[in-house]
Amino acid sequence: MTTLAIRNGHLVDPAAGVDAAKDILLKDGRVAEIAGPGKLKQAQGAEILDATGLILAPGLIDIHVHLREPGQGYKETIATGTAAAAAGGFTAVAAMPNTTPVNDSTEITRWMQAPERGAQVRVFPIAAATRGSKGESINDFAALKSAGAVAVTDDGRPILKDGVMRESLAAAARVGLTVIQHAEDTRLTQGASMNLGPASFKLGLRGMPPEAESGLVERDIRLVAELRDAHPHLHVAHTSTAAAVAAVRQARRNGLRVTCEVAPHHFLLTEEHVGLYNTHAKMNPPLRSAADRDAMIEGILDGVVDAIATDHAPHAQHEKEVEFEQAPNGITGLETALGLCLRWLHREWKMPLGRVLGLLSAQPAALLNLKGRGTLTVGSYADVVIFDPKAEWTYRATESKSKAKNTPFDGWIMQGRVRWTISEGRVAFANPA
Amino acid sequence: MIKVAARRALRTPSVPASPFPYHPGSLLSILDLSVEDVSRLLERSTGLEKEDPLKRDRILAKRRIALLFYESSTRTRTSFELAAKALGADTTLVSNLSSSIEKGESLKDTGLTLRALGAEAIILRHNSSGSPWLLEQSTHLPVLNAGDGMHEHPTQALLDLRTILNHFDPKTRTCHFERVERGRASGRVEAEDSPWRGSAVPIKADTLAGLTVTIVGDILHSRVARSNMLLLPRLGARVLLCGPKELLPEIAAQACPGIPPQQQKPAAGDPGVAIERDFEAAMRQSQAIMMLRIQAERLAGLQLDLDEYKARYQLTGQRLAAHAPNAIVMHPGPIIRGMEITAGVADGPQSTILEQVTHGLAIRMAVMERALAATHGGRA
Repeated sequence: MTTLAIRNGHLVDPAAGVDAAKDILLKDGRVAEIAGPGKLKQAQGAEILDATGLILAPGLIDIHVHLREPGQGYKETIATGTAAAAAGGFTAVAAMPNTTPVNDSTEITRWMQAPERGAQVRVFPIAAATRGSKGESINDFAALKSAGAVAVTDDGRPILKDGVMRESLAAAARVGLTVIQHAEDTRLTQGASMNLGPASFKLGLRGMPPEAESGLVERDIRLVAELRDAHPHLHVAHTSTAAAVAAVRQARRNGLRVTCEVAPHHFLLTEEHVGLYNTHAKMNPPLRSAADRDAMIEGILDGVVDAIATDHAPHAQHEKEVEFEQAPNGITGLETALGLCLRWLHREWKMPLGRVLGLLSAQPAALLNLKGRGTLTVGSYADVVIFDPKAEWTYRATESKSKAKNTPFDGWIMQGRVRWTISEGRVAFANPA
Repeated sequence: MIKVAARRALRTPSVPASPFPYHPGSLLSILDLSVEDVSRLLERSTGLEKEDPLKRDRILAKRRIALLFYESSTRTRTSFELAAKALGADTTLVSNLSSSIEKGESLKDTGLTLRALGAEAIILRHNSSGSPWLLEQSTHLPVLNAGDGMHEHPTQALLDLRTILNHFDPKTRTCHFERVERGRASGRVEAEDSPWRGSAVPIKADTLAGLTVTIVGDILHSRVARSNMLLLPRLGARVLLCGPKELLPEIAAQACPGIPPQQQKPAAGDPGVAIERDFEAAMRQSQAIMMLRIQAERLAGLQLDLDEYKARYQLTGQRLAAHAPNAIVMHPGPIIRGMEITAGVADGPQSTILEQVTHGLAIRMAVMERALAATHGGRA
């Protein structure tokens, strides 16, 4: 493996408290040295990468993506999904288990990580919490963890039964895994395809009430409180309602280990963006009211939200070119997350750059206990994103590395252009100016 | 254009005003039509109705219009078909039950196939809200929405307006149901029968000022209700919505784009949309009462106590005589006798149910003429 010296860049590493001009030496997939500009001691013979005017940061980590393999390779493959991740500055992604078949086994968990998949960045499988994600009987979490699973969830299908959820939280706590819940009381969302409100009435679409999310979050938090002595970790996926964020905030005040993530579309868009039945604005949880969207922004700015995660959900073109109610849920997100976060969270809403990057790397790494990632110190993985913070550019879905083009952000102005993404010392994406 | 988020006064991304342009001949939502457009269409509907059938037959001679029906229909389908034929057009009917749709062909491909076969306009009835936009986007043909799911039924709103105008006296601001009797006696509704009808005067934003129309029943699932509540207030009418919470959520009254917010809680006599759950109270304020069928096929597991429903919302002869002896009684059909309306009222002197059907023919001639007239104008 080559040795790579990144010179003349500005390192922003919130976990290490660094915000300064630094050169970095990457060797054998790890960070070998960090020094002031021109001060690297072991750089002889290293390939030089000139990062003048650019920001170096720990590679971004997306803890919520759908890579569609095994079984749905026509939507996305691990190779194409991780190529999109690299283009977006991500060096690690956590892949959801709603594949075909469902990833509820050590075999599939290992298969997803095998070199034959051609992953461009590190893939951490998240295994199904219950057999076939049917919400009935829980899987062997210890075995799944030893096969490489970093969390368990029935994402897309919430765990509705109190007993099964309680058992999942307890069993996951025993082996040190997180339970991620897609919080949706599906008994309240039958046949619904957008948020319940004036917009859904106007469009003649059945709506999902916000309570379907917040009610289940509250239920889960009650279970975490009951199991307090076992220290379970509940992570709420793609939080979209003000009430759910409020419930998480309260749980944390009560000393419970409850975390949450928010997707860029939920802090930027509202139900009004569904417009005239735009299937690229259809996802689950749905785009909510302006008040809910504002609560997501508030939660991010005040620190209740632990991570930005994209819920990258690729679908084939023909699947989205159908009647709104029949279209599958989800949008892509890996290539737009950084550009949107810098454009809106940082530039528009004045969140310090270090905090924005922390939500995209250090915090998600800590949340799923991904050791040696989310920070750049000597010995940590050589996962680096190098971007031009000043570059403004327009995202074109047609140029996406993902197989899928289902995004509501086509044509949007992005801030911050990824120049290089380096995954464990290897250049996974390069787009030099 | 940037909107402001409330709590920290943050700028947030704006909502695109119009996601895509569509064919000027299309009629997807009643909101596609300005008040002037509505006036012109009503004027043409009367013009076409009065026209010598032999001349009328040449207006769209040999033009090809496809009817694409994903839901069963009696009135709308026959009315569009007869209206197209009256203008000389060739029509073809494709229904989901006897076509390749059964084999899994998508709406997009079905539309493209019809276009390849020479269809110049498509009339779509579909069980999924918003499907006309998909068809429009896929084919770039003029698309006429003949009812999409729970969303809209714009030609129904136009024919309902024509029915109301046929009975509305602008001097007294009341409806006269006697006209129904005269129309029925002569076998059809003649244009001469209606000196105040929309065709006689241009329709304006205050044409229906002072009129209150109550829409009763299954508002939630009704495309007829949505189109009417988006049309009538723009012409000065007040619309009262009446029904139980399960079928009429509170948000219904806030869901009217194009109506200024100050009009969303109208006082008596002001245009707008409001909820009045007491049927008899609503009746007492109304000159027109529009009954709706409970759409059993769209209830999606919702349990309703039908006896309770009938006790509160059924339009009976007794109720009508006591609370609205001078109002016209409308219904888009199909009616379920003994459910939302008694047979006596449906067949009674105040009922305009069959007259509405007849107005449908004239309205549909006008919208099809508009659709194909605009064809050569290119996309908007």
